[in-house]
Order: sequence, then C-alpha cells, then structure tokens
Amino acid sequence: MKLYLLILFVVVCAPASSKTIKAGANEKYTTIASAINAAVTGDTVLVAAGNYKEHNLVIRTTIVLKGINYPVLNGEKKYELISIKADGVVVDGFKIIHSGVSSLEDISGIKVYDSRNIAIRNNILEDTFFGIYIQNGFNCSIENNQLTANNKEEQQSANGIHCWKCDSMRIINNKVTGHRDGIYFEFVKNSIIWRNVSTNNMRYGLHFMFSNDDTYVSNVFANNGSGVSVMFSNRIKMFSNYFEENWGDASHGILLKEISDGYMQGNHFNRNTSAIFMEGANRIYMTYNSFENNGWALKIQASCVDVVLEKNNFTGNTFDVGTNGSLVLNKFNNNYWDKYEGYDLNKDKIGDVPYRPVSMYSMIVEKYPPAMILFRSFITSLLDKTEKILPSLTPENLKDTAPLMKKAF
Amino acid sequence: MIIASNVTKQFGKLKALDNVSTICNKGECIALIGPNGSGKTTLIKSILGMVVPDSGFITFKDKNILHHWQYRDEIGYMPQIGRYPDNMTIGHVLNMMKDIRNKKTSLDEDLIKSFSLQGLLNKRMRTLSGGTRQKVSAALAFLFDPAVLILDEPTAGLDPVSSEILKDKIIAEKEKGKLVLITSHILSELDDLVTRIIYMQDGKLLFHKSIDDLRADTGEDKLSKAIARVMTK
Amino acid sequence: MKKIVKYVITDILRNKIVLVYTLFLLAASFSVFSLEDNSSKGLLSLLNIILIVVPLVSIIFATIYVYNSAEFIELLVSQPLKRKTIWLSLFTGLATSLSIAFFIGAGIPVLIYQANMVGLTMILTGVLLSIIFVAIAMLATVKTRDKAKGIGAAIMLWLYFSLLFDGFVLFLLFQFADYPMEKPMIAVSAFNPIDLSRILILLQLDVSAMMGYTGAVFKDFFGTYIGIAFSFSALFLWIALPVWYATRKFNTKDL
Repeated sequence: MKLYLLILFVVVCAPASSKTIKAGANEKYTTIASAINAAVTGDTVLVAAGNYKEHNLVIRTTIVLKGINYPVLNGEKKYELISIKADGVVVDGFKIIHSGVSSLEDISGIKVYDSRNIAIRNNILEDTFFGIYIQNGFNCSIENNQLTANNKEEQQSANGIHCWKCDSMRIINNKVTGHRDGIYFEFVKNSIIWRNVSTNNMRYGLHFMFSNDDTYVSNVFANNGSGVSVMFSNRIKMFSNYFEENWGDASHGILLKEISDGYMQGNHFNRNTSAIFMEGANRIYMTYNSFENNGWALKIQASCVDVVLEKNNFTGNTFDVGTNGSLVLNKFNNNYWDKYEGYDLNKDKIGDVPYRPVSMYSMIVEKYPPAMILFRSFITSLLDKTEKILPSLTPENLKDTAPLMKKAF
Repeated sequence: MIIASNVTKQFGKLKALDNVSTICNKGECIALIGPNGSGKTTLIKSILGMVVPDSGFITFKDKNILHHWQYRDEIGYMPQIGRYPDNMTIGHVLNMMKDIRNKKTSLDEDLIKSFSLQGLLNKRMRTLSGGTRQKVSAALAFLFDPAVLILDEPTAGLDPVSSEILKDKIIAEKEKGKLVLITSHILSELDDLVTRIIYMQDGKLLFHKSIDDLRADTGEDKLSKAIARVMTK
Repeated sequence: MKKIVKYVITDILRNKIVLVYTLFLLAASFSVFSLEDNSSKGLLSLLNIILIVVPLVSIIFATIYVYNSAEFIELLVSQPLKRKTIWLSLFTGLATSLSIAFFIGAGIPVLIYQANMVGLTMILTGVLLSIIFVAIAMLATVKTRDKAKGIGAAIMLWLYFSLLFDGFVLFLLFQFADYPMEKPMIAVSAFNPIDLSRILILLQLDVSAMMGYTGAVFKDFFGTYIGIAFSFSALFLWIALPVWYATRKFNTKDL
C-alpha cells in the first residue's frame, strides 16, 4: 500500500520523464552505486532488501533513494555511508550500520552537504559515528529515524542528529540513544524539534548553541549524561517537553546559558539533579511547568535578569530554588510550592504571606557542597525554620508574593 | 569468719571509713552502733562488696572478697530500705531470688509463713507499704539459710508483732551458730539479741567488745544507758 | 545472666512508658504512611521521627530506668552474682525491650508499607540506634551518681548527637571551605551514630544521586560493600565501646 502511494506521489509530483530504477542482487543494477549513477533528476532508486557493502554512496542528483524492508548498508567501520550533495534528495527506509570513525572528517551515517529540501526518514542507524549530519542545509526534514550507538567514551563518540548552519529544519519523531549529544544544533534558525526521544546519550540529550528562533515541542530527554543544554540563543520556545532522570555531578534537566527572550510552557521536570540551571538568562517567561522530585527545581544565578515564573508547580523537590547572590531581578508569582506553610484567610486560593523558595540550607550547600552530608539533619531544618522567621542570609527579594494554595494545574 | 584490715574509704572530703580493722566470728551476734553518718552502712556495704575500699582489705573465710564474688552465696542481706522492681509481685521477687541463688538445699521459709506473705504473693511491689517491703526483705535474707546474716536497721518500719517475730528468728539463727551483723538505732531492741558491740564514730571504729565487757565497764545494765555513757564520756 | 535479663525485660515490658512509646511510634508511622500520598515520602517523614525520637526516648528511658533500679541493683549486687553479669544483663534487657518496642511501633508499619531495602535499612538502623543510646545512657549513669545530673547529662548527650555535633560539622566546613572536605566528612560522620544512620538510610532512598558531586562521593563510599561494612562496624563500635567502658566503671563503682 505504502509503495503504491509512493509511486502515486512520484508519478504526480515528478516531471513526466521520471522513472524508477531498481537495485538489488537479482536486479539489473546489483549495486546501489551503479543504480544511483544511472539515475537522473527526479528518478527513484528502489533498493531491495539485503546486505550492501558499497563504501560511500554519493548522491549528486535530485533523486529518491528508497529501501524496501530495510536493506543494510554496512560501512565496515571505515566509510561514511550516504553523502548527499544535491537538493531535494529523499533517503527513506535504510538500515545503516558501522560507519567509520573520524573526528577530522566528521564521518556520518548520512551526511548532507550544503543542500536544500532534503528529507531523511524512516531509517535505522546503528553504530554510526555521527548519525545524521546536516551541514548548511535549508528546509530539510529528519523524520522517524532511529539512531543507536553504544559509545563508552565521549572522545570516541559523536552526535546523533547534528545540524550546523541550517535554516528551517524539521526534526520530528526520531529516537536517539547512546550518542555523545542526541540532537545538536549550532547556528540553526527557524527550526522545529518535535516529538523526539533522546535518551541515554553520553553528554546532552539536546545541545543547542547560537541558534535563534527555534521551537521544540513534546520531546522526551531522559537519562542523558548532563541533560539538555541551551546556550547563546535567542527567542527559543519550549512546549510540553519532558526532562527526566538526569542525575549526577553537574547534571541538569536543562541548562540555560546566555539565553534571551525564551518562553517555556507545560514542560515536565522529573527527578533531575537540578531541573533548570540558569546563567545569564534574560527575559525568560516560564509558566505551567511542573517540577517534581528534583534535587534543585531551579538554580538561578545572580546573572539572570527578568526571568518570570508564573503558575508553575513545585512538588517534592529537595530544594526549590538555589542562587549564588543576594541580588534578585527576577519575579516569582502565583506558583504552587508544596513546602509553603502559609495560610489563606480570605479564601481567594492565594496564600496571604509570601513564600521564600530559597532555604538557608540550600544557600549553605551552594557555597559548601560537602554540607550535603547534613541533608535532612535536625540542625539544618532548625536553621531553615529560624531563617524563615528572621531572614538574614537568604536574598530578601527572592520570594513568591502570591503563592497558590492549590496546584496551578 | 570476716576480717577487715585497715579498711579506708573516702567519699569526696568525707572519710566514711578510717582505718577500720575488726574480726567477726561465727556464733556471734554483733551490733554495729554509732551516730548517723558514722560509717556503719559503708562498713556493711564494704563487706558485701558494694563499696570498694580505697585501701585495706576484707577477707571472708580467709579469701579476699575483691575477686571472689561467690562468697556472697553465704550471706543473707537485709537492706535499710528494700526496693524492688515496681512491676514485680512478691511471688516474682521470691522466685527470682530462688532462681538466682539456685540453692540445692532446703529453703528456710519460716519468715514467709510467720509474716503470712503467702497471701500477698500476687501483690505488686509498688503497691506495698514500707513495712511489708521490710518483711519481704527480711524473708529474703533468711530464705537461703546463709551462714552470715547482715541486717541493716531490720526492725525499722515493722509493727511490734512483726518486730518480735523477726527478733525471735534472729535469736534462733544465732543459736544455730551463725554470724549475725545488725545495725540499729533502737538500742533497747538489741539488749537480748547481741553478744558483741562495735561502736563507730566519724568513720573510726572506737571499740569492739562483748556486751558483758561493756556492761562491766560502764556499770549499766541496759545497752542504751551503757552506750549513752560511752558517748558522753 | 539469662535469668536476670528475663526479669529485667519482663519488668520493662510491663512499664507503661514503653507501652506508650510503642503506641506513639505505631500511631506516628501509620499516620505518616496514610497521610502522605506516596509511601517513600512517608519514609522520609518517618526518618525524622527515627533520628530524633528514638535516640531521645532510648537515652532518657534507659537513664531513668537505671537510676530507678539503683536499689534493685544493690539487691542483686549483694547476691552471689558477678557485677559484670548484672550490668550486662541490665543493658541487654533495656536494649532488647527498647528494640522490641521500636520494632513493633515502627518496624511493622514499615514492613507493611515499604518492605524493601530502604525499609529494612530503616528498621535495622532504628534498632541499632535504640541499642546505641541505651549503651550511651548506661555510660552516663555509671559516671554520675546524682539522678538529676545523670538525666541532665543524658539530655545533653542527646542534644549533642542530634544537634550540636552537626553544628560543629558545619563550623568545620566553613573553616575549611577551601579544601576538599568530602572525604574527611565521611570520617567525621563515623563519630556520630545519628549522622551515620541518616546517611545510610538516605543513600538507600537514592536522593543522594541528585545531590551532585558531593552526593556522588558519599554514594561511592557508603554505597559500596566496604562502605556499608564500615558504617555498620562503626555503629557496632558505638555499642561496644560505651558498654565496655561502662562495665569497667561499674565493676569498681560504690553503690
């Protein structure tokens, strides 16, 4: 059925001259390379199932390269498998394994060189160095791919989906595990990352630098070495993503560094060492996010300005907010804090006394990490209680003036 | 039987026992007499091993008591104030003592009978009056038919009838050739009991003589008068 | 020895305070487990009870009991019994009955709601804390004759272990802020049975993994078999040393 649809699509959309070329052990073209060479712009190369060891396939014309039942392209740990050097190429339905490893040449499973309108979909990539690498692409879509690597060391591994200097990308419904960074963006703008699952990667689930005007929606980032890192970017929007189980030294649900004009809504942060670590962030608006069972829900350095948190839920976190200075230029309003002990006399569901989410002990731990050994001891809870009554060390202005009595959502 | 040699004990600044030496033989009934705080109880406790002397030593049947706790098997002790675990009944206490002593020979239950403690066996210790506790203490001291009896203020708190019963019992035991050591303030009671007197003051043993010698020395027949003489001398 | 232990235990178990303590623990644990929406949160609340109430009750009750048993001890000492036997029986009796009280009061609810490694660690450390603080109480009573002073000392000891010691640790951390203190902290924690128990339980609760580098260092140590062996030997030393010293003192004590 799919095949018919595809043929229909090709028939409808392709120029009248387009044809289908078959490659496979029992076909006229026994190698994929020869079939690609025979194809002209607009042709479709259909590859039968089987094992192919064809070193490097270079596509220089606008064709559709389609595998039937996942033909296996084996790079024998030496070669890059598919290199795309033409616009409008589609690569669909391959199983790509054992690429070469070279940090010098950035060897990938599928690499796109300076091209537009590329679609890479429904592929399975295993044990590749870079998985899918787009260099200087425009309007490309990477969809429904599965990328798995089993790397043990960061130096020996590379990123799953790597985009460099791109515009208008669509990264949709991919699964990436075991790479260095699951998804990597550098100088990528106007793009969307949607419904991807990036787990168990060595460094970041998502690594994001110098990339403006991007949106990511409904992704899952779990169990990555250091969570998600978003740095030096403007106008980023994040909706309904899950950041989970990012544990360990210097590990965050999400690291926001030098970010401006961000918007975060409906994200879930669950069981991270620190759910959000913010440094030099400006004008970030966060609402309807939920922070559950994290070590720190929010570490907000004094370098952050005009960060606004409204109507978020904070439950079961060891520390709600940690900070390193006394200057506070950020705003907390109408959030729900499960540690809030205030009251609501006029029954407007808003607490009558402000909530101070920075505890004395969290300040101490911030400064003297070994003080963690006193976690949950009598003295620290006593310190916190006294500090609540007579604030001296904790920043005076860091408070939620209108905390909610019930969860915000 | 019991020999104390140069026993000295100091509690802080107070010298409770000051170079006390004495010999107690069996068949004697010795009264330990002296004003309050003269060291009587300390001496008794030293003999029982409850107080460890600073210097000097005590032997029991020629063995230094310091390292031989078994000698207490031959001692029956009745403390000044007998206090027992609150929640135990008299029966429990008696059974516990029997259990601890684990004595094979027959028990001397005379006092239990004559104080009619059998009827009170299910009473808890905390509900008992001071007198009844004393009865229990007395019964316990005599229960195992020990060779030595040490009684600290035995009749204090007892009603006259029980007092008489106890005195009779003491005399009977003395007749059997046991060594009995008694402290008491009520000297009149001791008249027909004791054979010898140890008089203590300020931790010093002033004299140790037979009651006949004492009577002869002071010319008084009554013990209380005789002692008063000694004290005013 | 067995006989006296038996008598001490039956005496204590009839004591209303132990009964009240057991019921209090029962009520606290059941309410904690039924109030919190998830039972691991309940465990955390219970942790506070165990770390504060158990040592307090153990040390105070044991101290008062030993003082109140002064005459009973005298009675026993005048019997043909070794002093060591009497003292150790008293310790065994107190430790056993308080452990039983803890086990019934907190152990059973924990087993019902959280029968896993965390729960088991909690019960084990709770029992050990009960015994340790009985041992410390025995040391306090043998060192002071006066009952009021002794109880005061017991309260001070409890305060020291549950509060002052940690304050001291905090002070130490501030003073040596420029040095890597993670590893020395492990050694320091061995000097406080309450801290040691708390860390053991927290590591089982896995919150440590969230605590960054420090948590990782602690986990690397206390999470290994060597670390667990170290912690439990330290806890056992906390029983053995006070008991040994108190027994030595009691052997030559004037009653």
